[in-house]
Amino acid sequence: MESKNISSFQDLVYNFHESVLPLDVKLIYEGEINHDIMKVFTSLTEKGLKAEEFSGQKKVFNVMVECLQNISKHSDCRENVKEENIGNGIFLISNNDAELTIVTGNTIKKEKENFLSEKINHINTLSKDELKTYYKEILKESKLSNKGGAGLGFIDIARKTQNKLSFDFHPIDNDYSFFIMSAKITK
Amino acid sequence: MKDLHIDKTTQTPKIDFNAKTGQLYLSGRSLPEDSAKFYQVVFNWLDTYVKNLPVSTEVRFKLDYFNTSSAKAIFSIIVRFDELYKKDYPISIKWYYDEDDEDMKDLGEEYQDLFTIPIHLIMQMDE
Repeated sequence: MESKNISSFQDLVYNFHESVLPLDVKLIYEGEINHDIMKVFTSLTEKGLKAEEFSGQKKVFNVMVECLQNISKHSDCRENVKEENIGNGIFLISNNDAELTIVTGNTIKKEKENFLSEKINHINTLSKDELKTYYKEILKESKLSNKGGAGLGFIDIARKTQNKLSFDFHPIDNDYSFFIMSAKITK
Repeated sequence: MKDLHIDKTTQTPKIDFNAKTGQLYLSGRSLPEDSAKFYQVVFNWLDTYVKNLPVSTEVRFKLDYFNTSSAKAIFSIIVRFDELYKKDYPISIKWYYDEDDEDMKDLGEEYQDLFTIPIHLIMQMDE
């Protein structure tokens, strides 16, 4: 494998920095998302947002936990990952006076696309009360999966943010797509 | 039977279950990724407890945060209490929430809607 040119890394870092600046990106992370990573980022949020006196701080914490745990449970890495609850993905927070946005991205098997679209589209049609009813329904009926999930993550994110969830799939190859989701908290 | 005491961590709650006095207390935060794994110990203890009941039971939930995976585990815990209540066993549940924590209050109300056993919502004033 050829060694990478240092200047290509320098270009990457500079261009990246310039491109995220106008988007008010406060945090961006690409890599393995496991339980320890989740602990680090959620504690950063707790401290960082306290300084801002943002009353939705707890909501942000909540949404971050659910987003990160989703990735670590459901990311389908293309390489072999033996340990449980470790997934690779990308995670971004943008924060300005008007809103705080959390964006996540991870690889998934193409066959999951339908399930995800249907679920999120359905959740996006529901009013606040309907979301509450749906949450209670799933809470009652679901069984904890072998990955420890309850099927409530997206519903909870939608309830906490009180906004529709946006999502998209970028094709990678015949078997895999890149699933991007964003959740926005209006201040 | 033995009591169940689990120290809290930054990810999992403190569990203090006293088999003789019937005081069952959960506090702190719950965000294990795999709540089935953490809560299995609790379910197992409760399944033995219901066969060795003291005169009465008082359950107190004083959680400041729990993830959706824990929400399901908590549901499964309350199912067991609900069964006891329906058999006329004296058992009560207190659900505490902070004054400014609407979400925790809402969650308490949602559990109220799902069960027969009364769940008493108690607001804690901020210090």
